[in-house]
Amino acid sequence: MTVGLEHYLTVSAVLFALGILGVVMRRNLLIIYMGLELMLNAANLALVAFSRFTNNLEGQVFVFFVITVAAAEVSVGLALIVALFRRRQTASVEDLTTLKL
Amino acid sequence: MQEVLFYIFALLTVLFGFLVVANPFSKNPVTSAMFLVLTIVSLSGLFVLLHAFFLAAVQVLVYAGAVMVLFLFVIMLLDLEAEERRRLRVYSFAAGVIASGAILYVALSSLLRSPLRKELPYIEGSTAALGELLFTPRYLLPFEIVSVLLLVAMVGVVLLSKKELK
Repeated sequence: MTVGLEHYLTVSAVLFALGILGVVMRRNLLIIYMGLELMLNAANLALVAFSRFTNNLEGQVFVFFVITVAAAEVSVGLALIVALFRRRQTASVEDLTTLKL
Repeated sequence: MQEVLFYIFALLTVLFGFLVVANPFSKNPVTSAMFLVLTIVSLSGLFVLLHAFFLAAVQVLVYAGAVMVLFLFVIMLLDLEAEERRRLRVYSFAAGVIASGAILYVALSSLLRSPLRKELPYIEGSTAALGELLFTPRYLLPFEIVSVLLLVAMVGVVLLSKKELK
């Protein structure tokens, strides 16, 4: 069976669902952030698959920008996590309850 | 041959992605970061199968080589002790499975029901063609703005890492 577009999109959807599972299920901030990166990678795979199967190179340009912006976002997000850890000495979302009523 | 390679890389990607969020080996986030590196590398293999060679190289260099290294720096800087046993384990696990299962069901059911084209069109997508798109005035402005974005991110990180704000 030849590998078609739907195979790549299925892999992308499963990876996205795994990212969401990680964000909802885990309490550690760093692993939640890794779930976010999994979702970004799933979107990248979907973009490249569509770019290949519709003969349009702009999908790959978009992935280039997504990777760059994800790198910038990871650095800022990790700086935030480090600053939070310095203040509260915790990296678990269960201890961040300042906004609770 | 290409189908076999696709199935190998797809299975590896999904397996390593699952082991990132739910690994039974240790409670250390370093293990999850290592599995995320393996996920990114097998995703890069999928990019090669999709004829996106430049993006596969960029993915390995930037994502696995810089972003994940930064992740590991921060994990080891924070020096967390191992997570203790969760009390409300069933609740969060059920919520996670329901949420991701719902999204997966919607995505897959709409995907398998829509008529997608089956044959592969010929693509000339080489690195030169991608560079031609990026450096001609088609996508030149976002390219330059992204460099400014990286500068802004760097300034923000330096500011956020100061001990106290004067």
